[in-house]
Amino acid sequence: MLEGMNLPAIGMFIGFVAATLAVTWWAARRTKTTEDFYAAGGKISGFQNGLAIAGDYMSAASFLGISGLVFASGFDGLIYSIGFLVGWPVILFLIAERLRNLGRYTFADAVSFRLDGVRIRSLSALGTLTVVLLYLIAQMVGAGKLIELLFGLNYETAVAIVGFLMILYVTFGGMIATTWVQIIKAVLLLLGASFLAGAVLWHFDFSMETLFVAATEVHSLGVSIMAPGRLVSDPISAISLGLALMFGTAGLPHILMRFFTVPDAREARKSVLFATGFIGYFYLLTFVIGFGAIVLVGANDGFLDQDGFLRGGNNMAALHLSQAVGGDLFMGFISAVAFATILAVVSGLTLAGASAISHDLYASVFCKDGVSDKREMLVSRIATVVLGVAAMILGLSFESQNVAYMVGLAFAIAASVNFPILFLSMYWRRITSKGALWGGSIGLLTAVTCMVTGPTIWVDILGNPEILFPYKHPALFSMTGAFVSIYVISIFDTSELGAQEIAQYEMQLVESQVGPLDKCSTKS
Amino acid sequence: MHDKRYKIIASDAEFISLQQQRSAFSWLLTTIVLVAYYLFILVVAFYPEFLGTPLTPATVITWGIPFGIFLIILSMVTTCFYVWRVNNYFDLRMRYIKERLTE
Repeated sequence: MLEGMNLPAIGMFIGFVAATLAVTWWAARRTKTTEDFYAAGGKISGFQNGLAIAGDYMSAASFLGISGLVFASGFDGLIYSIGFLVGWPVILFLIAERLRNLGRYTFADAVSFRLDGVRIRSLSALGTLTVVLLYLIAQMVGAGKLIELLFGLNYETAVAIVGFLMILYVTFGGMIATTWVQIIKAVLLLLGASFLAGAVLWHFDFSMETLFVAATEVHSLGVSIMAPGRLVSDPISAISLGLALMFGTAGLPHILMRFFTVPDAREARKSVLFATGFIGYFYLLTFVIGFGAIVLVGANDGFLDQDGFLRGGNNMAALHLSQAVGGDLFMGFISAVAFATILAVVSGLTLAGASAISHDLYASVFCKDGVSDKREMLVSRIATVVLGVAAMILGLSFESQNVAYMVGLAFAIAASVNFPILFLSMYWRRITSKGALWGGSIGLLTAVTCMVTGPTIWVDILGNPEILFPYKHPALFSMTGAFVSIYVISIFDTSELGAQEIAQYEMQLVESQVGPLDKCSTKS
Repeated sequence: MHDKRYKIIASDAEFISLQQQRSAFSWLLTTIVLVAYYLFILVVAFYPEFLGTPLTPATVITWGIPFGIFLIILSMVTTCFYVWRVNNYFDLRMRYIKERLTE
């Protein structure tokens, strides 16, 4: 069923690629300075940025993964959706405006406002690259498999195409290209998903009750899909996962970078407003889509393989549904949108990783006397290519591995390294760069150790018989570890540098509230 | 750097008062969202049967559904309210203060 409908899908896929290459060409002509490359010249409006941020968020993992989870377990999908969404209000209330006022291109800029740049940027670059690489591997493997399934290309070719295109977008178009690709994709995805959910509801006379009843009758788990399932099995895991989702969002480097593409804090505020609205609406859609798939796909033998499982796995639920309600043409559209989604997200991730290398490490840590715009941009572009190639190689190596845990780990690290240092540097007077560096490192180490010794890796992947660390989600422990370590090490830091950093708190507070006093004042 | 101007603003009574008000406002909204969300999480962890209980015997819609949808709507409403309040009050006042103190 999937192999035979290549034509509309391939047609739309080529159309999308052509459009985005055109956008990249247009963006490349406008990208002249580092301000353009990293922050789209600061000219993105709140509404546009809201769409772009929502786009980054409505990744293939969200669209296919969550609708797939709803398809498999019902209510559990909603638990995940909510976790992903509630981080946004918190970002708005606590982070967004101060971040925009204090930083320039990366979140490390904001943290380095009063804390020592070398220490902070080394750690933030490490945190950023770890998160980016984990996320990239998961996306590349997902992308390869999706394209392999949808377009009949082999895995290696699929990975190569994604890698090649993303390198093109970022190297030539920088943030301008990635933002506009993200916006286009967000609009297409919202339209497609709305139509899909609308078609489902139409099928059930616009009654959620009818939809749910039908789903419970058809699903193997019956009415229990209307209740929490085995997703979170114990309270510690539940809280840990909740923490990772909520605060990890506030530490994802490619998301935080988007706050610098708007001209001021006011637009940053509006970005989050629109993003929250779009994302919330989207998760309501995926819930309907998942349930719709239970009935219209799961109960239809045409979509199942010989063992009774869904063809291509649960993540294909939304795609099969699009074929069920709209035929090959609509499925072609949704497939192209799914592909677009992957491309847009990996581009954003690669840009975030490249900027950590060029802006945080190269321009600030290695070259302490500052570098020219041109040189920094060259380094960014080289870093992009290197990262792109690395992503492809890693994507190829991890083809048959279970990579689902990587996104969870990425969130846990974001919540345990990036978020604590960002949050505490903005809100706690007594923090010093020493505390941030060592405390953040402890957070990173804890997250990775807990994950490696936890059930997912130690038992399932490495094959050890006994569990060392009993919890699947490390965030509760690594975040606590990070906050406590930062606190303790800062309190005991009696150095001269530390004292200076503490003394600058008031100045930082003022700037975080009113913005830079001079339009052209540059931050370290 | 521009230490002097920052010091002037930082010690201005109106600035301090406004900043504290604004901080209280942000933290209040944050607390509301955090409490609502973690309440949900704890119910999922400790008392999932409640979420699986139908609203009435005549329906399959369980308590979990409106609870979940409420959280999604709460997220959207609180962000709306925050932006409205900050745009129309805090932002304006802060700008006046900035103008007043930096001729």
